[in-house]
Amino acid sequence: MLRRGKLVELAIEKVLIRTAGYLAVVILFLILLFILREGAPFFTSYRLDEFILRADWYPLSGRYGMLPLLSGSLLVTAVALIFSVPMAICSAIFISEIAPPVLRNLLKVLLEILASVPSVVFGFIGIVLLGPWLQQLLGIRTGMNALTAGILLAFMALPTIASVAEEALQAVPRSLREASLALGASRMQTILKVTVPAASTGIIAGIMLGVGRAIGETMTVMMVAGGSPQITLSPLEPVRTITGTIAAEMGEVVMGDQHYRALFMLGLLLFLITLGINTLSGVIIDRIRRRQGGRGGQGT
Amino acid sequence: MLAGCAALCPWLRGFMGRIVLAILIAVVLPGCRRKDTSLKITGSDTMVQLAQHLVKAYLERNPGQAISVQGGGSGTGIAALLNGATDIASASREMKVKEWELAKSKGLNIKEYTIALDALAVVVHPTNKISRLTLAQLSDIYAGKITNWKELGGADMEILAISRENNSGTHVYFKEHVLRLGREASKGEAADPIATREFGPKVTYGVSSQAISDQVKKNPAAIGYFGMGWVSKEVKVLEISSDGKNYYLPTAENVRNKKYPIARSLHMYLNMASGERAQSFMDFVMSAVGQKIVREQDFVPIIHDG
Repeated sequence: MLRRGKLVELAIEKVLIRTAGYLAVVILFLILLFILREGAPFFTSYRLDEFILRADWYPLSGRYGMLPLLSGSLLVTAVALIFSVPMAICSAIFISEIAPPVLRNLLKVLLEILASVPSVVFGFIGIVLLGPWLQQLLGIRTGMNALTAGILLAFMALPTIASVAEEALQAVPRSLREASLALGASRMQTILKVTVPAASTGIIAGIMLGVGRAIGETMTVMMVAGGSPQITLSPLEPVRTITGTIAAEMGEVVMGDQHYRALFMLGLLLFLITLGINTLSGVIIDRIRRRQGGRGGQGT
Repeated sequence: MLAGCAALCPWLRGFMGRIVLAILIAVVLPGCRRKDTSLKITGSDTMVQLAQHLVKAYLERNPGQAISVQGGGSGTGIAALLNGATDIASASREMKVKEWELAKSKGLNIKEYTIALDALAVVVHPTNKISRLTLAQLSDIYAGKITNWKELGGADMEILAISRENNSGTHVYFKEHVLRLGREASKGEAADPIATREFGPKVTYGVSSQAISDQVKKNPAAIGYFGMGWVSKEVKVLEISSDGKNYYLPTAENVRNKKYPIARSLHMYLNMASGERAQSFMDFVMSAVGQKIVREQDFVPIIHDG
């Protein structure tokens, strides 16, 4: 019996878990392969430098310059971060360090509910409420712009950042806080000078996840960002994002068409950006860990 | 193909509704070759309601059949037709030469039916003082040459031009017939700047006629366009002129006698390999009864049935 139990255990460990682990890598590789297979022939009929450097996206006229879309995505993401990072870190600090246990659990549940609101609902809120309201408040041309989209994305990225940051704060050893308090630091000083720096890797990881969430979001930005393929730094202007472009235009294209392939190259671009963000966050976290010399035992 | 399906899955999660459908139609179906026997009509959002009413009336007279109607845009419908994923494509634009060639190369025999006429209404906020525009002015507005209502005799307010997304037949029609004033760039001649005009970089895009209508209702600076079936009391419809002398509203009468300049024909494209049932449905659409339904749906019928 014992032997058989061990055998089953071994089978589970070796086969199932390992297969699951490899499967993730294999699927990722297949996605990349698929995107390349569908998208790469684009450059047999269009020049790479024009795709990267041209500032006009008029696919129906055969002009595929991705710069306006990239700048749109980055602008919306930047606005989202400006709003979501302070909010998320403050709420993480409050939940982890200040709130009494009952309130803490309630807030965590609420954060999860916020995370589960479908993006199309945020889109509706943007079109019907936030957009017209901002337009009147600021006296601008349209409420369908990067600011509105960024604010909505901030609320979508908030739970991601806050929950990871909160976990990181929780993982800071009690002894650190106690030592700080014993040395005469106030509660606020302890939080700002000891706990938060000790949890900084986790907080940065949370922010990076939030960036990924914001840059990859599709439905809300397609509905709310305005869709104008222009290069601008003003958040009050309508912009067009990479994701919104793929979603809006994918339905139109004939398979194998130049436009179809261009959209796949946009997908690859998005893939590379997310990969870049993840690598960057890895490097940053690594560097902070090394600087802290394994002092803090924070999670994530 | 299996790898293709698997690879698309994470993408699909973020896309919603019709886009998912569109991709499923475009990607999955040709690979997984359909087996069910229901007739499929896919295409123009403008024509979805119309197609559904036509199908309902047809099924009342021919019980025991199944016909499904899907939107997604004219381009989506034609793409589905060319990919073999639909029997009939409904389209608010004509099939392009490129698409006809693709159909030929795939060995598809496609028949075009013009089933109704439709007019694009140009709408503004009810408080806007402007009540009429020429096509040239409209073109300038959408190309970003005219940027303030003041230039047209209205209030001193920056214009917000709203267009449909470029997966829409309405977008294509507007671009070719209003923005470019119906002119086509021909090789050899001196370049005609209007024939290559594009929507200005500040033009914004609405994902549906409803989204455009919602914005125009609320924004005093907005101007938008959509099929005449979408006009409501909360927006102001502009009179349009092609020559700057005679201005017309998009009414059934003005469309039928071709006075209203931004009118188009609505089409259905039949894959001739779809068999008798599809043919009999198209015959029904073109019959007097079918054309009566066209009229009931606020479009202009093709056949004069008095």
